[in-house]
Amino acid sequence: MTWPDYLVLFGAILGIAVYGIWRSRKNRDLGTYLKGAGDANWLVIGLSVMATQASAITFLSTPGQGYEGGLGFVQNYFGAPFALIIIAAVFLPIYRRLKVYTAYEYLGTRFDAKTRLLGAGLFLLNRGLGAGITIYAPAIVLSTVMGWRLDLTIIGSGLVVIAYTVSGGTDAVTHTQKYQLAVVFAGMAAAFAVLISKLPPNISTHDVFTVAGGFHKLQAVDFSVSFGKRYTFWSGMIGGLFLALSYFGTDQSQVQRYISGASLRESRMGLMFNAVCKIPMQFFILLLGCYLFVFYQFARPPVLFNETAWNQGLATASQPRLTELERQFRAAHDDKREAIGRWLDASHHADFSAVEASRVQAAAANEREESARKDASKALKEAGIKSSNDTDYVFIRFIVRELPHGLIGLLMAAFFAAALSSKAAELNALGSATTIDVYRHLVKQDDAHYYKASRLFTVFWGLLAIGFALFANLSENLIQATNILGSIFYGVILGIFLGAFFFKKIKGTAIFIGAIIAQLIVFVCYFRIGERVTYLWYNVIGCALCLVIAGSLQVILNQRKEVGA
Amino acid sequence: MSTPEPERETETESTGLPAFPTWRGVYVFVAVFFVVIVALMILLERSFA
Repeated sequence: MTWPDYLVLFGAILGIAVYGIWRSRKNRDLGTYLKGAGDANWLVIGLSVMATQASAITFLSTPGQGYEGGLGFVQNYFGAPFALIIIAAVFLPIYRRLKVYTAYEYLGTRFDAKTRLLGAGLFLLNRGLGAGITIYAPAIVLSTVMGWRLDLTIIGSGLVVIAYTVSGGTDAVTHTQKYQLAVVFAGMAAAFAVLISKLPPNISTHDVFTVAGGFHKLQAVDFSVSFGKRYTFWSGMIGGLFLALSYFGTDQSQVQRYISGASLRESRMGLMFNAVCKIPMQFFILLLGCYLFVFYQFARPPVLFNETAWNQGLATASQPRLTELERQFRAAHDDKREAIGRWLDASHHADFSAVEASRVQAAAANEREESARKDASKALKEAGIKSSNDTDYVFIRFIVRELPHGLIGLLMAAFFAAALSSKAAELNALGSATTIDVYRHLVKQDDAHYYKASRLFTVFWGLLAIGFALFANLSENLIQATNILGSIFYGVILGIFLGAFFFKKIKGTAIFIGAIIAQLIVFVCYFRIGERVTYLWYNVIGCALCLVIAGSLQVILNQRKEVGA
Repeated sequence: MSTPEPERETETESTGLPAFPTWRGVYVFVAVFFVVIVALMILLERSFA
């Protein structure tokens, strides 16, 4: 990066953070700190909800998902529009009527104090761990590629977000998110435009889709019924519905965004904005990945996109093996490029038998290329070189190698803006839930005291997240790691809330015990069965177990009561 | 199973959208929009399979 890049990066990030502090400088009471000034319109809420969910991982890692697996990942979000409808129609009016600070306050009203503590506790555990990933994920990729020190990247970005979140609370978070999202969209649009311009001049949009389709990258919807497949229409519609219902409806980092609306209408419209925009947004980010795939059919890709790990590997005893794999990889790539050239020529002349023949040759060369790539990853692992999934480096490598200076800074600003916006919402929510659902429950004081406590808890969670990030080590694709972690907890949390909203006969003790047993079963299932059941289904399993066990327990408790009477 | 009772005045609150005066209409629009998006994605896939 050169000085124009650093100027854009620091100008955008620090400028937005300072704006957040200035914008909320008069907010000095508990209500405004936790729920904002109550003047947010639907667009601010909609963008805030979107920015909270779309972290840096979304923009850094998802194009790599598209590069490797095509559009199929979009199915993960198929349940989201329906979840948002249910939340807008059922959850939201109740939260607003009760004027709660946190979603878990409602559990206290509906059930009892222990269930409220359990709901808040599961949230704090899940989100507290997730908060570390939110900081670590972009930091590991950006520091590796840019040559920055990982610890300083984590600490620097962590301290910026703590500063404006602690200073301005919900108002600062909500109003900075709209500008952060603007930087993100500007960066992504610029990267897409450069990518298109870098394709060979004789390659049309139709050719791009022909190549992407020929390698099955455009398969967005898979109707097959398989519990082991990560992304199918059914896992997205059912598992994704439960995940989205739990995330948007019960996760305080989201609830805090939309209960701060000026009115119920503004909050509902903000949610509907996301119901409409979420899938198209993910589709275009994945499509960017498909374009990257096609770009690297004509430009020579590296064996591994994580160049630092590759260079470290070359400095070990694995060097001869890696060099041989690189030779095999290059030969396969050259064969593939030639086959694709013949394929597109034949396609332009409507010579379908030649199209099929050259497509098969390209696919065979692609398999050889992928095989060399997998062997190289294995060789690095055997040489003791740690690296997160290589697909996380696909997009960032393209940015660093292909974008002009100034735009590189804009993209770096986009990733940091996305990281800060979701991180700020998480810290804001963690501080609020700790103060309102745990601390206020244990220590009786006035609101001025809780206001100070909330700020201190926000600092505490921020420092804990930085600490967790400094010691984290992930091997999964980063966005999948975040979703897997969420799915382990979200099902049970949703079960508690659905019990509260829809099953009036279930009382506090039954749901409390049911939730604990269900969570333990989900843990055991995940560690015993693992990926034989794809993670989205754990949302359904956790929720169903919680409700069934709680319902059964309630029947038993009622019978005991009758016998006792 | 029983459904909860939301605030009474919220049910009659206007959406402020001329094309969709009721919330039910907005929800139906979102559902239809989803179906159209999925259909377009299937069409894209089939066109370049």
